Amino acid sequence: MSTDSTSRDAPILEATSLVKTFGRVVGLDGASLELYPGEVLAVIGDNGAGKSTLIKCLTGAEVPDEGEIRLEGRRVHFKRPQDSRAHGIETVYQTLAVAPALDVAANLFLGRELRKPGPLGTVLRALDKKRMRRQAKEELSNLGISTLQDVTVPVENLSGGQRQAVAVARAAAFGSKVVVLDEPTAALGVRESRQVLEMIAGLRDRGVPVILISHDMPQVFEVADRIHIQRLGKRAATISPRTHSMTDAVAIMTGAAQESVS
Amino acid sequence: MSKQANAPAAEHDLAEEFLDRSTPLSTIRYLLHRYPAISPAIVLIAAIAVFGSLNDRFLEPSNLSLVSQQVAVVGTLALAQTLIILTAGIDLSVGAVMVLSSMVIAQATVQNGLPAPVGIGLGLAIGLGAGAVNGFLVTRLNLPPFIVTLGSLNVFLALTLLYSGGATVRGGDMPGLLTLTGETFAVGGVNITVGVVMMLVLYVALAVILQGTAWGRHVYAAGDDPEAARLAGISVKRVLASVYLTAGAILAVAAWIQIGRSNAASPNIGIDLNLDSITAVVIGGTSLFGGRGTVWGTLLGALIVGVFRNGLSLAGVDVLWQTFAVGVLIIVAVSVDQWIRKGRK
Repeated sequence: MSTDSTSRDAPILEATSLVKTFGRVVGLDGASLELYPGEVLAVIGDNGAGKSTLIKCLTGAEVPDEGEIRLEGRRVHFKRPQDSRAHGIETVYQTLAVAPALDVAANLFLGRELRKPGPLGTVLRALDKKRMRRQAKEELSNLGISTLQDVTVPVENLSGGQRQAVAVARAAAFGSKVVVLDEPTAALGVRESRQVLEMIAGLRDRGVPVILISHDMPQVFEVADRIHIQRLGKRAATISPRTHSMTDAVAIMTGAAQESVS
Repeated sequence: MSKQANAPAAEHDLAEEFLDRSTPLSTIRYLLHRYPAISPAIVLIAAIAVFGSLNDRFLEPSNLSLVSQQVAVVGTLALAQTLIILTAGIDLSVGAVMVLSSMVIAQATVQNGLPAPVGIGLGLAIGLGAGAVNGFLVTRLNLPPFIVTLGSLNVFLALTLLYSGGATVRGGDMPGLLTLTGETFAVGGVNITVGVVMMLVLYVALAVILQGTAWGRHVYAAGDDPEAARLAGISVKRVLASVYLTAGAILAVAAWIQIGRSNAASPNIGIDLNLDSITAVVIGGTSLFGGRGTVWGTLLGALIVGVFRNGLSLAGVDVLWQTFAVGVLIIVAVSVDQWIRKGRK
């Protein structure tokens, strides 16, 4: 899991000189980002530094005015969140974006339901609930989520951490290329945040590259392989948690220190 | 900074563990929450037991047959209403659409001499058209369903009166297919109308579709948390539009059942059923906030209202007190629903 070895591969996701303005407000001012296979890349930055805008451009929630995004070396144009999803980029939102009244399995497959084989599925469009439940169980145990045994429980009966676990499992199940987590622990308690961090590490161990947006420095330094620091709509630096301290990161974030972009 | 932010969350964790302790009462509440049709089923059984013991005639086949016929029209309207309330909407125009559709079915065949199937087809087109208009206004102009259907209620009522000239079409003048829904056959001494059977078929069909297809799940998800549904890749607007269209089609069937039930098509029959349909849905345990409820709950709700009205009138209670009782029932049902909602841990 050494950063140096993975960095030499071609980036799986690459954004170059993205510009995005909202009226007279400049959200992104030539921002770039590279995500390499098998790494956890944390994105940090002060409020208004353009973290969210950058991530929204990568996931299709916003369309950049200028610049280009490449996935596995090929140029992509995401107009809607569905477009990035179709390319294997899954996003987990801080708002616990699950449907409370539906059960765990239904949420995992929401919008991508599996139908029964044969005419029952193609003509009558019947759902294959058994297969979805079985696959949901497999996915959760692959991620080491042991607290969710019963996938037929409505999500509203789960704790915040368990709900976020469902969202992460959904992303992991379908995010074949990249999983983006936007402040996944913002709404969670200490113990629950820990579960989510363990899941992020689990994703990396399965070889899925992860982009983690977070405000929480200790979390970032614990789980990230590299840290992208966003400042004033641009990338101020990309640092390694092994060679830099939290103080260094904060200094770059606030503009107190300069660092050459690696 | 994050450490401080996490401190209150830790307390929250403790609070959660505290709430995890389950008492018998909280277990009941949890079960009622998970299976929302239980409470209306209990109420219906209790009501039947009470009215049956008060008056021997209540459980006679002829009376049960009467109750089922009284429930057929409002039950069908309530089915359409359930679909819309599941998406956190409301449809005040269900009665008006049904009446307009029934007048078109009757006049097209009797006045204009069109074949009966064509008349029913036109009625279906009216239902679908009304659903399309409501759905368009809700999804494209982003107007609240309450406002949209309050407006379209008046529009459809006016159109009904303009079109029919206020005249009633008698069932005797209609071809047999139109009043087929009022024909009866006996099942174990109870006379069942074709209209009741049609209503039940619609319930079974919609229950299977809602539970067994992706569309059904998307209806629940769209009403439950539209933002989460959108982020999961569901086109919430398309789901809503299809819900209003489906409801419109069900209302056209209700129009046909209504013609058979009253053996006439009148611009004045059934326009006040909007609120009755909402009553059935609410008593049936479907949440007005969307995403929660079943069509079977609604059927039970419609039966409860029918049993209450019938049982009270057999007991010689004035019709105004029947309405009073239904009103109390609504408030009790919603209070119980609020209490049950706290049952999710």
